[in-house]
Amino acid sequence: MTPDNAAASVDRFTAADPLYRRRKAIDRAMTAVMFAAAGATVVPLALILFYLFRNGLGAINLDLFLLDPSAPGRGGGGVRSALVGSAIMVGLGTAIGTPVAIGCGVFLAEFGRNRAGTVLRFLVDVLAGIPSITVGLFVYGLIVLPARQFTAFAGAVALAIILIPILARITEEMMLLVPRSLREAAYALGAPHWMTVLRIVLPTAMPGIMTGLMLALARIAGEAAPLMFTALGNQFLSTDLFHAMDALPLRIFYFATGPYENWHQQAWAMSLVLVLFILGVSLLARTIVGSKVTVRQ
Amino acid sequence: MERPELIVQEPIVQAPAAPEPQRRDFFQVGTASGRVERAERRVSVAVEDVSAWYGSKLAVAGVSFEVLAHSVTALIGPSGCGKSTVLRCINRMHEINVGARVEGTVRLEGADVYGPNVDATRVRQRVGMVFQKPNPFPTMSIAENVAAGLRFMKIGTKSEERDRVEEALRAAALWDEVKDDLNKSGMALSGGQQQRLCIARTIAVEPEVVLMDEPCSALDPVATLKIEDLMAELAQRYTIVIVTHNLQQAARVADYTGFILLEQSDSAGHLIEYSPTSDLFTHPRDKRTEDFITGRFG
Repeated sequence: MTPDNAAASVDRFTAADPLYRRRKAIDRAMTAVMFAAAGATVVPLALILFYLFRNGLGAINLDLFLLDPSAPGRGGGGVRSALVGSAIMVGLGTAIGTPVAIGCGVFLAEFGRNRAGTVLRFLVDVLAGIPSITVGLFVYGLIVLPARQFTAFAGAVALAIILIPILARITEEMMLLVPRSLREAAYALGAPHWMTVLRIVLPTAMPGIMTGLMLALARIAGEAAPLMFTALGNQFLSTDLFHAMDALPLRIFYFATGPYENWHQQAWAMSLVLVLFILGVSLLARTIVGSKVTVRQ
Repeated sequence: MERPELIVQEPIVQAPAAPEPQRRDFFQVGTASGRVERAERRVSVAVEDVSAWYGSKLAVAGVSFEVLAHSVTALIGPSGCGKSTVLRCINRMHEINVGARVEGTVRLEGADVYGPNVDATRVRQRVGMVFQKPNPFPTMSIAENVAAGLRFMKIGTKSEERDRVEEALRAAALWDEVKDDLNKSGMALSGGQQQRLCIARTIAVEPEVVLMDEPCSALDPVATLKIEDLMAELAQRYTIVIVTHNLQQAARVADYTGFILLEQSDSAGHLIEYSPTSDLFTHPRDKRTEDFITGRFG
């Protein structure tokens, strides 16, 4: 390299070079665009939380949790029936869906490296993409119509159908994240495949699967559409699985579309409670992963 | 404890007539430690014309050698020559890869581990394996890790299990360091301790043969030395086959050494030379062995 060349190449990295200045300008512009996009993603969440707190916080009191919905136009009341109903149906839906989903995920991860697995994986993804209102209609035809009765059980089944594909794919992914060296260690100790899966792979993937369960649970807790034609809603407290039952998202819908001021306020309050619940569950999901860093790549 | 049988249907004593262990000239020559001379000269593992494929790719071609009981045998060779594949053929770990295939015969105490009706998991209970990277089970405590193999096989009561855990940890020279922390996670240990934990886990099920696939390559020199010392002790009770890319290590620990090299003709690993370690390092019979041990390639 001649001295002249060296001087020219140093020039490349200084403000004197027009090419350098252009690159620098593009760099700044693109960085600004990315920051704006990132901000645009978070702004709705911030605004939602802001409005929920502003409109809902005032209506949060003991009555909200301890009283059932008031009769139209009478003021006061609470949403106890919806809280209890949501807890029951989300709980039952999770209980029904989780074993199926984990079983399906284990199958996909351990026996799904073939054509059957590819087809099943595709079908699970399709199921995950089906609109929740369609799931509600399906369960309406499957359970509600034959029974001639809106039931909490039907609502729980609808929620389970929404949970299964989400949790199944998360389970599969978490199992595939378990390092191959751990499987080999188990095989080398003379463990057959099923024992390796049950005793080593599944326990190692469990924190990740629990996180997935939390996220899926948070998702179904906020679903109104699949419950409309199944659990229907109920302004009285009911714990009977074979009658109509209330749920938070349903109650929000009915109260928000109703004409009374106390209903509107309670709808805001319920929305706040629901969002805080989902936020809490998501945070819990994070701490599960954070506390047990077991999946090491 | 009853020794798990290799062949499910028929006990091993009735297995097809075990060939009389062959004695070759070079077995008479002095070995690295002289240990094998004192021990009974019995062939523990016989690898006979073994070839291994990954899918359609031939990785190892026609490898044959015999491993004497209670000896340390090293397989050396440049990276990617197939020495680990040879090792994994001995305890049928090669076949867990999708599309992997093995041809040839591997005899364990005379019985073909690839014979019909042989359960691969039984083979692996008798031929343990220690891997390159320490891989303790992260969801288990130190004690549970050591007991894992026993639990897989459902052998022993709780108190027997405790005894076996202590015995294995002592044999792996780890007991004094962890005896107060048996319920802590194995992941909290240092790399060298983790590897000794894996050795304890392997020998807790009392295998006959312990395969070690570059067991020190992820460890620092002090931890390496500890493992090497351990190998000499373990050879009193077990037969050890070690794969290493570290020539000095082979020279230090092994009674017999095999040199494996990728041949250009079929780009598969071949066993170039197999001799007592001292012979292989001082009078290599093959030019390529000489080139390798003098550092001309690999």
